[in-house]
Amino acid sequence: MSAADPPVTPARWSELRRFTAARVALGRAGNGLPTAAHLDFQEAHARARDAVHSALDPAALEAALAPLGLPVLRVASQAPDRRSYLLRPDLGRRLRAGDRALLPAAPGSLLFVIADGLCASGVQAQAPAVIGHALPPLRQAGIPVAPIVLAEQARVALGDEIGGAMGARLVAMLIGERPGLTALDSLGLYLTYAPRPGRSDAERNCISNIRPGGLSPGQGAGKLVWLVRAALGQGMTGVALKDEQPLPGRLPP
Amino acid sequence: MGFAQAVGGTRYLFPDLRTLLARATPLRSGDVLAGLAAGSAQERVAAQRALADLPLRHFLDEAVIPYEEDEVTRLILDRHDAGAFAPVAPLTVGGFRDWLLSEAASPAVLAALRPGLTPEMVAAVSKICRLQDLVAIAAKCRVTTRFRNTLGLPGCLSIRLQPNDPVDDPRGVAAAILDGLLLGAGDAVIGVNPATDSIETTIRLIELLDAVRDRYAIPTQSCVLAHVTTTLLAIERGAPVDLVFQSIGGTEAANRSFGVSLALLREAREAALGLRRGSLGNDLMYFETGQGSALSAEAHHGCDQQTVEARAYAVAREFSPLLVNSVVGFIGPEYLFDGKQITRAGLEDHCCGKLLGLPMGVDVCYTNHAEADQDDVDALLTLLGVAGVTYIMGVPGADDVMLAYQSSSFHDGRYLRAALGKRPAPEFAAWMERMGLEAASGAGELPPRLAPALAGLA
Repeated sequence: MSAADPPVTPARWSELRRFTAARVALGRAGNGLPTAAHLDFQEAHARARDAVHSALDPAALEAALAPLGLPVLRVASQAPDRRSYLLRPDLGRRLRAGDRALLPAAPGSLLFVIADGLCASGVQAQAPAVIGHALPPLRQAGIPVAPIVLAEQARVALGDEIGGAMGARLVAMLIGERPGLTALDSLGLYLTYAPRPGRSDAERNCISNIRPGGLSPGQGAGKLVWLVRAALGQGMTGVALKDEQPLPGRLPP
Repeated sequence: MGFAQAVGGTRYLFPDLRTLLARATPLRSGDVLAGLAAGSAQERVAAQRALADLPLRHFLDEAVIPYEEDEVTRLILDRHDAGAFAPVAPLTVGGFRDWLLSEAASPAVLAALRPGLTPEMVAAVSKICRLQDLVAIAAKCRVTTRFRNTLGLPGCLSIRLQPNDPVDDPRGVAAAILDGLLLGAGDAVIGVNPATDSIETTIRLIELLDAVRDRYAIPTQSCVLAHVTTTLLAIERGAPVDLVFQSIGGTEAANRSFGVSLALLREAREAALGLRRGSLGNDLMYFETGQGSALSAEAHHGCDQQTVEARAYAVAREFSPLLVNSVVGFIGPEYLFDGKQITRAGLEDHCCGKLLGLPMGVDVCYTNHAEADQDDVDALLTLLGVAGVTYIMGVPGADDVMLAYQSSSFHDGRYLRAALGKRPAPEFAAWMERMGLEAASGAGELPPRLAPALAGLA
């Protein structure tokens, strides 16, 4: 800083930064943000804006899923492009004409649907790992797993139509979450019992923030397997099915 | 019965009240998505003229969603107070707008009028208001609520401290709380959105917030914004619950999509009242709303999103909330496309909520798939400050690392208070003074009495 620069209050409470990825201890210039912090924010927003327009790479995903030994199918919603997808969520909840015929029957199974959602980059990176972690305990529990479906320009509820068409007992929708400034690569997982068009969001359980710095794929898969077993035991998902999985560790005194 | 209006040589027909309201609504993407928006700018003005000529009494005769089908409609009509309505009963919607802007509509008169107004009446008048009208009318509405401090007093602007963490890490939450306190946030509530709805996590967070509040002796309230059924479970298990949070909508079906009903909300409020934790008052419900939520659940019954939003305020006021806020830009561009639409909706929501008597705050925010940025936040924040908004959000650096959206920052709260000469809630302002927060924050320090170790940070 040169003598001509306006005074900026030093952020001596900066040690708070050790405990969180949130934008704490930024200091202040008057009541506003110091220039560097302001421009950091602008850059992060610019990256997030670009991430919204990222697309799934189905071929690369198929290659990443190949070692899991499950057939992989590709479908799309009725939204023809990104702008339509953003403005018409109803189109993102319906299968493209003709795609229903591609879906095999998988009665009573757990179905994984991998979808781009609002940002494809995290899906690409994390969905195969989540399924890879979940499969061994699911197989051990004797839970049949359907062929994996890749869905483009998809909303969460597209899983209801896909799962309904295949006769799945449960659909686990792995879908890209809206990109934030800190997390451009976050995967969400929505579990719905007895999927069929018309299911409401209150009938689903959600595991969010599967990403570096959030839940690891292994932790996400662990929560999923717990929820799958609870859902099969109680015959439902949704707000009535609470995640009562014990947590390690307690509050510091 | 239908409505007709000629504009520009064309006669436009509107078959019923809900269609008239929808066509009169200033353009927004959600109404286009629903197929309810006016087909042209001239049709919109025709609807606005027809609406302006409609007697307010008509809203008591024609429900936008049938009484038999919807418990929110029943709540609205059953609770309507004809005596309170009497002063404006002879007016049309247009006459009501003129009256609201006039000196006759003083703060005291507007307060007395509240039980006589229905959500549809205030939604209707808001549709023929410009932004400055929405600001000027709201600025005359005074709503005061109390739990451990006093919110909504003239000259005050409160801030919800929102210390969300992507994995509900208690240290991450505590660090963001300290950051916010140093910058003057937290008098509305210290309220965390949990990343998962697990009962264990919820209880752990409730205990953390209560411990921090207690150890620093902060005259405020805490809330973990879990589903109401999770909060009920936490109360059963003995957790120190201050406020009961729930997202609500303006139709019975929208509330069903949130997994709630009026009966469930009543039960939760009773359970929390039984804990007797408020020191200054018993306003302990915290509701969030937002235009578009009913449509997204296909629970809008052919009503435009702003009218449904106003109906959610009838649900809120049934339960004497401490805080209500519209999360105006959160839902996404399919409902509010850009900064212009978000700005108008935020001012509509604030004005309608205040006219109905709610302690209305606004989460001035946007998602990264909307056409908006921090300049839009600044503009709406400043307008809302002038309109006397009860509270705004305070998020570290405006970037919510859990919910992945941008809101207002702790800094924005300082800006707004300074620009408009507003103060925090009086009890909180006195606490800030006692703790030496302003001096410490100016020096970039944590004051000794705000020792991080007390919040579990060492």
